[in-house]
Amino acid sequence: MKMQHNKAWFMVLPMLLVVAVSAIIPLMTVVNYSVQDSFGNNEFFWVGTEWFQEILASERFHNALQRTLLFSGLILVIEIPLGISIALAMPRRGIAVSFCLVLMALPLLIPWNVVGTIWQVFGRVDIGLLGRGLSSLGIDYNYTQDVFDAWVTLIVMDVWHWTSLVVLLCYSGLVSIPEVYYQAARIDGASRWSVFRFIQLPKIKRVLLIAVLLRFMDSFMIYTEPFVVTGGGPGNATTFLSIDLVQMAVGQFDLGPAAAMSLIYFLVILLLSWVFYTVMTSLDNDSNSAGRGR
Amino acid sequence: MAGIHLRGLAHRYPASDSATEAIYALNPLDQHWEDGGAYALLGPSGCGKTTLLNIISGLLHPSEGRVFFDGEDVTELSTERRNIAQVFQFPVVYDTLSVAENLAFPLRNRGLDATTIQSRVLDTLKMLGLESRAAERARSLSADDKQKISLGRGLVRTDVRAILFDEPLTVIDPHLKWQLRTELKKIHEQFAHTMIYVTHDQTEALTFADKVVVMNEGSILQVGTPKELFDRPLHTFVGTFIGSPGMNVLRCAFDGECAVVEGNRLMLNAEMLAAAGARNLASDKDVLLEVGVRPESLTVCAGSAGVAVELLRVEDLGRHLLLHLKLGEQTLRVIHPEGATIPEQIALEFNPDSTLLYADSRLVQAGNTHCHGGD
Repeated sequence: MKMQHNKAWFMVLPMLLVVAVSAIIPLMTVVNYSVQDSFGNNEFFWVGTEWFQEILASERFHNALQRTLLFSGLILVIEIPLGISIALAMPRRGIAVSFCLVLMALPLLIPWNVVGTIWQVFGRVDIGLLGRGLSSLGIDYNYTQDVFDAWVTLIVMDVWHWTSLVVLLCYSGLVSIPEVYYQAARIDGASRWSVFRFIQLPKIKRVLLIAVLLRFMDSFMIYTEPFVVTGGGPGNATTFLSIDLVQMAVGQFDLGPAAAMSLIYFLVILLLSWVFYTVMTSLDNDSNSAGRGR
Repeated sequence: MAGIHLRGLAHRYPASDSATEAIYALNPLDQHWEDGGAYALLGPSGCGKTTLLNIISGLLHPSEGRVFFDGEDVTELSTERRNIAQVFQFPVVYDTLSVAENLAFPLRNRGLDATTIQSRVLDTLKMLGLESRAAERARSLSADDKQKISLGRGLVRTDVRAILFDEPLTVIDPHLKWQLRTELKKIHEQFAHTMIYVTHDQTEALTFADKVVVMNEGSILQVGTPKELFDRPLHTFVGTFIGSPGMNVLRCAFDGECAVVEGNRLMLNAEMLAAAGARNLASDKDVLLEVGVRPESLTVCAGSAGVAVELLRVEDLGRHLLLHLKLGEQTLRVIHPEGATIPEQIALEFNPDSTLLYADSRLVQAGNTHCHGGD
């Protein structure tokens, strides 16, 4: 018996090694940096939670966090309803289905930095189709100088790139609803809104939760596209947490504060994802127990 | 409530590939459903029952023909304006709503005021015996309670002209099936809604309905009381489909006086003989002739008195025995009382009154001289 147990541990070992190399060791390195200071020459000394206190108190971090939160919020507010609407409008059968699905999947296949480059060029006032087009219409558009224009460009770019993901997830939920529900709704004289509210929305709720979580996490961690398009500017207007972090770690080589910041960043994402998950699943349970209470 | 009249109704689904002509899911038919009647639509899977039902409720637009409710042409009316209730094979409840809210749903959609809705919902809850669960989430209920809610959403409305059931007991436990069916029957007696009940289960059909409509391959073969369907099936399919076991159907010839099966002359009653004579079946060689005999109406006797048969095997059905017999090249089944001896040399006695003659699968009867060769 004992031999078998030992063998079982042996079988788990490769997986443990992979996890150790890919996650635990790098993470512990970051933890290690975050509690020490270095003046080069590979000499480190213990500073405790000093970096954490400094980051949490710094205005630079607060501003970046606020910008990132605003960006993620806007992305969710736009992409989720838009994604649901497109999924509802997509055909359910026939040759048009494959056409729409391929069309929807296309933006998802483009690498992040290519998306950034596309929009960087697209929006340029001198040669870009969008930039030239807007200025020839008399609209004063310049994403390299105007804060509002820079934000609009980044948000439109992200909507263009990622709404498809929400669409595809919602569509998969919608097509799994049996036809008989729609027939019963017609018998009951339900309006289009009632059908959505009482049949479609409850049935796609689970995939919608996944869509919200994915879109939140991805937009909260966004780096490549704004780095390519605006480089964090104009000024610091589009310097999100990720861009700020890279500037600190690579640009200024402040390893300690950068490590502390990445840990805080990681915990914020974890916390907010947990909040989203809990709120969305407990909404379900709340209305359940409220229903019982009445 | 309404009488439903179908005139020249037919339906074909669009062909999946354009090369083939779309075949009829429903052959052209005329049918009248009386106001307040309890009908069962009985037939094997894929015979067009559900298509017919969905055309009546307006979920499907027929490719030909018209649908009338009380003389009013409703063919172009939408489902909700036809005021039909329909219960589907799989229970449909609105997951996020409570039982009471589920029942209120169709009334709210029709813009009724809150007090009317509340009293109607309470009445319906009582009728279904679900008062104690009114506040529960509908999705937490068992399949049979969910099916009751599906039915309740029809009963709660006062304007319902007919209630249609599409195999509503498919997912219900066997011991609850009986109970639900009895409740349906009670509701029908109390409110006299026109009800059409689709099923492929003959027990369900025969116990629920005053009149059973038997369908096969997109055509209505016979409409009648359970007794009529049993005693006088108009089509060999009806005979074999209804009854357990179904009717014996044996190929035969007609010599002007008797049906001849494998050289044995079987007497027919006067009415049948007259009809067969009128159609000149003795000389018509193109017609497929068959006799239909119920296993219950054949008597086993010993010796040379009847038609000699060979015993293949005996099946014990509990209340009685089922004998599988061979008559020449054809097989037939006979019900034999439990405990009675089976003679070594078996012969069968045919009762002329229950020996029916079929020409091209249709019962030979007076006034039925036209040929149905087309189908």
